[in-house]
Amino acid sequence: MKTLILRQKYLIDFTLSSLKRRLTKNLGLLLVYTLIVFLLASVMLFTHSLRREAGIILESSPEVILQRLVAGRHDLMPAEYLDRIGRIRGVTRKAGRLWGYFYDPAVQANYTLMVPRDRELGPQEVVIGAGIARTRGVDVGDFLTFRSSDGRAFSFRVVDILNADSELVNADLLLVSEGTYRDFFGIPTDRFTDIVLQVRNPSEVRKVAEKLTVLLPDARPILREEILRTYDSIFSWRQGIVFVLLGGSILAFVIFAWDKASGLSAEEKREIGILKAIGWETSDVIRMKFWEGSIVSLTAFLLGFILAYLHVFYGQAALFEPVLKGWAVLYPSFNPVPFVDGLQVATLFFFTVFPYTVATIIPIWRASITDPDAVMR
Amino acid sequence: MRLSDRLFIFIAVCLALLMLTFVDAAVRVRLAEPALEARAALVRRLELTDLSLFTEARYTRHLSQSDMHTAFQDHPNSFDHFPSGSLVLPPSHLRMP
Repeated sequence: MKTLILRQKYLIDFTLSSLKRRLTKNLGLLLVYTLIVFLLASVMLFTHSLRREAGIILESSPEVILQRLVAGRHDLMPAEYLDRIGRIRGVTRKAGRLWGYFYDPAVQANYTLMVPRDRELGPQEVVIGAGIARTRGVDVGDFLTFRSSDGRAFSFRVVDILNADSELVNADLLLVSEGTYRDFFGIPTDRFTDIVLQVRNPSEVRKVAEKLTVLLPDARPILREEILRTYDSIFSWRQGIVFVLLGGSILAFVIFAWDKASGLSAEEKREIGILKAIGWETSDVIRMKFWEGSIVSLTAFLLGFILAYLHVFYGQAALFEPVLKGWAVLYPSFNPVPFVDGLQVATLFFFTVFPYTVATIIPIWRASITDPDAVMR
Repeated sequence: MRLSDRLFIFIAVCLALLMLTFVDAAVRVRLAEPALEARAALVRRLELTDLSLFTEARYTRHLSQSDMHTAFQDHPNSFDHFPSGSLVLPPSHLRMP
């Protein structure tokens, strides 16, 4: 056993010396390899973390939301629909929600205006999300002035700022009283944005949705499970243009690595010839190359993954911010919660370390079973 | 020191750091539980439905509430022009073969 370990150590020593002889080339390869693992791991860690977090916090969103559609577009919900829904079995609570969008030309940002039902606000009071406070540079006690749909100026005093810890859900929220909301947007008192329903038994939600569709044919029920499914699929790994672009760079790396690993240079062929001529066995040559492939790929995996972890969970995934932000002015400042999926890490390990190691062995096996004299020539 | 020994030390340090990321993740998830609960409570209290991740357009801000998001939504032949639209999947029935 000890002999075997010593033998492998000598082989690794030799492999490392061989790698050192072509230092620039091998360092370049390691750098690109690490970068690819870093990008893949960053995307994987970030999307998985967001997906898990969205799943946890949106589990508390309303069970059923009823929207009215007119000509395929979302329309205001008449208050009488609440009566028409009547007493559907299983529905424990129903209420109209008031919310909408406001474009603030001062900072060119979109806000979400809402009427909270858990707190009473005065006609000139507003509660804002931490994202708005940061973008507008306002604090509690300051005033915000917006122009309403009919051109009147509304001044609001900031009475509270929503917790900055929850920016992922409240960055662009602006909470006002019901009266102010209706006055600001010119929405009559018999209209709501949509209706939320609470259903006692989760297994009855689909049945309730079916009844609602029959009762109100112009309305569309949105179930909580659909909300969760939407967010689950949004953050699925291989989706979107980022991953397509990343796919291009991965492909470029695969070609580069394959060329490096499988196409032996004349120098490498000579080296194998010499080793065989001085008495190395074919299996030793293959083992040496196995160690070469393993050292490079394992180092790239370890460095790439650790850097990706630091980037996503300590650097707020700064590289992805421009992509996620798009043209939006308001972007939540948040630290993703490090939900790490061991299976995903294992998959990444398998797909980054294994192919490269195999790719290095095959051509070496071909070269090492040929006659040393022929290889050296 | 032999080159192989140096490599083993390097790999051992990297492996230890890798393990540390898992430990760190477990600790931080536990520490984040109150914050997650606070976020969930806010979602429950204000009856929120979406993350404020893409605030650039109404159908990217409230992905789950938009009317069958999203291409041709604003007027016929209006391609989705907001960058975050490219990160969002089309509805599942359009993805079926």
